Amino acid sequence: MQHDDVIWDIIGNTQFCSFKVKTKSQNFCRNEYNITGLCNRASCPLANSQYATIREEKGQCFLYMKVIERAAFPARMWEKVKLSKNYEKALEQIDENLIYWPRFIRHKCKQRFTKITQYLIRMRKLVLKRQRKLVPLSRKVETRERRKEEKALIAAQLDNAIEKELLERLKQGTYGDIYNFPVHAFDRALEQQDQESESEEEEEEEEEEDEREFVAEEEVEESDLSDFEDMNKLKTSSDEEEQDESSEEEVEEEMEVQMKASRSKGKSPANGSAARKKRAYVEIEYEQETEPASKSRAT
Amino acid sequence: MDITEVSTSQDGKGKKGKKAKKKSAEVDGEGSAGEEKKMVKSELAVAFPPAFSVSEIKNKQRRHFMFMKLKQEKRKAPPKEVPKTIENQRVYDETTVDPEDEEIAFDEGTDEFSAYFNGLTNPKVLITTSDRPRGRTVRFCEQLATVIPNAHVYYRRGLALKRIIPQCVARNFTYLMVINEDRQVPNGMVLCHLPDGPTAHFKVSSVRLRKEMKRRGKNPTEHYPEVILNNFTTRLGHTIGRLFAALFPQEPHFVGRQVATFHNQRDFIFFRFHRYIFKNEKKVGIQELGPRFTLKLRSLQKGTFDSKYGEYEWVMKRHEMEACRRKFQL
Repeated sequence: MQHDDVIWDIIGNTQFCSFKVKTKSQNFCRNEYNITGLCNRASCPLANSQYATIREEKGQCFLYMKVIERAAFPARMWEKVKLSKNYEKALEQIDENLIYWPRFIRHKCKQRFTKITQYLIRMRKLVLKRQRKLVPLSRKVETRERRKEEKALIAAQLDNAIEKELLERLKQGTYGDIYNFPVHAFDRALEQQDQESESEEEEEEEEEEDEREFVAEEEVEESDLSDFEDMNKLKTSSDEEEQDESSEEEVEEEMEVQMKASRSKGKSPANGSAARKKRAYVEIEYEQETEPASKSRAT
Repeated sequence: MDITEVSTSQDGKGKKGKKAKKKSAEVDGEGSAGEEKKMVKSELAVAFPPAFSVSEIKNKQRRHFMFMKLKQEKRKAPPKEVPKTIENQRVYDETTVDPEDEEIAFDEGTDEFSAYFNGLTNPKVLITTSDRPRGRTVRFCEQLATVIPNAHVYYRRGLALKRIIPQCVARNFTYLMVINEDRQVPNGMVLCHLPDGPTAHFKVSSVRLRKEMKRRGKNPTEHYPEVILNNFTTRLGHTIGRLFAALFPQEPHFVGRQVATFHNQRDFIFFRFHRYIFKNEKKVGIQELGPRFTLKLRSLQKGTFDSKYGEYEWVMKRHEMEACRRKFQL
């Protein structure tokens, strides 16, 4: 019937076969009914009248056998036998259907069936394990997000925000007594004292208080001075001895002297209002220890 | 002379004339004009009838003066406007948390973090990665473990998260942090609060490891850092803020002077780790140690990690939520 050798002569060696894939070392056959996948005399489904394969469809394996009498009707040429899901039973089925067939085809069919069952088992196992889901990224979206992030970073001004928050916490006293920056506390105490003195006393006291406050404010502004810390210490010491008037005045005088010494920068007050504005200034005055009120200040 | 002049115009003018008369009576001579101006200025804000225009003043001197003043004000620069920023123009979010809201206070007293905030549990964090982490991710995990006190890094041996979680709960972990990696770079984080707490999934970007940071300080010590949470305003933001806060122990060691900051700006959460020092009561210096990264919330799920059957409280839907540039979720 079919001249296998002639067919093989034509397609296998000399002329064209559309299923053949040539590579450097080997030839493959792309025909879906090929049992080994290689392009050989014994494996070519076109050049063998007695041929059989195993194919799987949706997890079910079938044994396909070529019926050469129907070579004229290629659509009906292959006979399909459903193999059982049990591995051994399926092998027996193959044997029983391919009885008296050449050894090569029987062997290769069983081999192919084994491989197919193994990869089906693996697929089922993989589905149960953790599967990695690949999520596609849109390039536009990513660039947009990156830009937004940069802008947000600039708008955030992180360092400033953190510093502000830390200073807030310090002010509120969450750090307790660890840090000794008592100026604010003493300012508050001073203000309290001011209120008390206003309610009770006359102008002299008020002037003194004002003057003291005045001094304190100026000090805080001059944070770059090297003797800032010393002045701070002096200030605290002076504040501690608030009750004692004489010591107050002495200390005040000391401070004034210090200030004059350190601030000979020639910033002169135009009139009394400059002194009120708490700027650095050189005060030309003649002071006496007991009466600080007698200062030449335009009110 | 002045007095008589003023008194004649007084009948025509009413209020203004009376006041001017009073002041000019006090002051003498040429200083009067200047003083008048001052006094008049101070009265102006109070004494104007609404349908007043400069030309109705009969007194030439005063009329002239008012006109000059008007001209001057026009020439003055307009008041400086406040520039519009995205934060200014932000669409008002109705879920913004009001600090005194009782409902929220009650919710927060009874939610999954209440145990932590009442001091009953101490945080214990398990940090792991996705399968087969590469060098950068591994180093990032190690650095995170130094930043977060009581954190342990474990190698993920292909285990399923759902299997890991019961084991963690059995060993008293309070947090599970999974860093997801893509192309040798960390790009996602799943933060799961353990005894059936919410699970948050973040996108991680701009990871900077310690050796890539300029002017950084020495390595962080073992002291518990303080935590700063900035700008978490809405309900969702509040939940996420509490999620971050519960990572760190309640009593920070002030001796250590370390602070971890989570700053939310336009839905990006910037994480920084600093060491601070107070130079005086108005200045503080900060020095950055430790890794830095930014997070963007992708989804918040109610129970522990369950991507298929979990109940999602909030999912980022780009088309709805990112349509408006002035609207933010956190």
